[in-house]
Amino acid sequence: MSIDANAKYAASHEYARLEGGIVVVGISDHAQAELGDIVFVELPAVGKTIAAGKTFGTVESVKAASDLYMPVSGTIVAVNESLQGDPALVNREPHAGGWMLKVQPSSLAEMDALMSAADYAKTVGEA
Amino acid sequence: MAPFAGYDMPISYSTGAIEEHAITRRSVGLFDIDHMGQFEVSGPGADAFVSRLVSAKVADMAPPMARYSLLLDDEGLVLDDLFVYRLPNSWWIVVNASNRETDLAWFVAHAGAGVSIEDRSDETYMIAVQGPRAIELLDALGAPKVSALERFTWGRIDVAGVPILFGRTGYTGEDGGELFFPASKAEFLWNHLIDKGAELGIETKPIGLAARDSLRFEAGMPLHGHEISPAINALEANFKWACDFDKDFIGKAALEAIAAAGLKRRLVGIEVSGGVPREGYEIADASGRIVGHCVAGMYCPTVKKYAANAFVEPALNKAGTALKVIIRGQPKDAVVVKRPLYVPAYRR
Repeated sequence: MSIDANAKYAASHEYARLEGGIVVVGISDHAQAELGDIVFVELPAVGKTIAAGKTFGTVESVKAASDLYMPVSGTIVAVNESLQGDPALVNREPHAGGWMLKVQPSSLAEMDALMSAADYAKTVGEA
Repeated sequence: MAPFAGYDMPISYSTGAIEEHAITRRSVGLFDIDHMGQFEVSGPGADAFVSRLVSAKVADMAPPMARYSLLLDDEGLVLDDLFVYRLPNSWWIVVNASNRETDLAWFVAHAGAGVSIEDRSDETYMIAVQGPRAIELLDALGAPKVSALERFTWGRIDVAGVPILFGRTGYTGEDGGELFFPASKAEFLWNHLIDKGAELGIETKPIGLAARDSLRFEAGMPLHGHEISPAINALEANFKWACDFDKDFIGKAALEAIAAAGLKRRLVGIEVSGGVPREGYEIADASGRIVGHCVAGMYCPTVKKYAANAFVEPALNKAGTALKVIIRGQPKDAVVVKRPLYVPAYRR
């Protein structure tokens, strides 16, 4: 299990990584391992504004469908189109090629409400 | 691990369900299916009893034939599906785990004089060896060679001293077989197959429940509790082919009446874009009217499609019919397709 030290984490296992003023959102390595083989990812339209804690999409594994929640409020500026043809990218590299959204955050202060990588590691029993 | 019919069974092994599915399609998958039940029916009245008990024609069966059949109730509803093996002096009948007790009670209740029914499930272990290299593996490890057997027949073989009743049957759409042998040899034989597979360079891996489900689904085979159940009649589930209307069998009169009155729904395969259809999801027609529901659905790894089996109004069963599947409140485009999505290897 790997935890991206540069990201912050929601209790619902989404990560938010700030890159040049844009927040990259995906699900943690722990989350993808728990879900098992991911076979479908549904993402929102670019341009949509979604509040923190609201669902932005769905990830479907062999076992079940799970909602995805916005870790921070903001406007979707990009979605990872590669996941349509290759949803298993989320399994293979959740923190890199398996990213889901790029978000223009409404307020960077919301990042402070998320868990640090170290705290998240404790909640998933990795520390 | 997941509870399944009272057994603890792995959804997938460490390989993961998608890869397990692929291994079975390209090499050899091993399935621990000891939960399946086996009954042995014998006695002077056995032939007539089995013929009336099961829907399929069995009167023409001689050793070493094996055949798929349904077990119906008086209403023509599907109590279970079975594999029936014609042994020299008895009938070997394989039933689903969850139905073992109710099936046995049904058998006993309908058996007349001169019929003996033995539940062999506890003493018998069952492993399926499935995949394009399964026969090659078993030929290398056992004798006599199973390659000499035709599809849907059985033979007695020996693998490393373990006496096995081998049926060239299975539930994946691949060639291979199902092995019945003494339960005390289960761990030995399981490990022997995996170890020898590795030695011979024949990739052989254990396969969990999730891949077992996706393999059978692609190959168009029913799963009890989904495409067939005691709430579903044989005709609406498209099993007329497994019913011999030239003989007497339990449920025949009901099915004839159902056929005369016209079916109220039909099982169809549908392909979906924009989501994963799953059991319980509703089906709508183009106008949004609800016309049925899914009984199974998933991502199909070999054909790379999102697909479901659904019961819909009978007029909507033609391939190409446009429908919608309601996925978490959102109608998604779907189309009726020909089943099976994956034509079994032994039928090509």
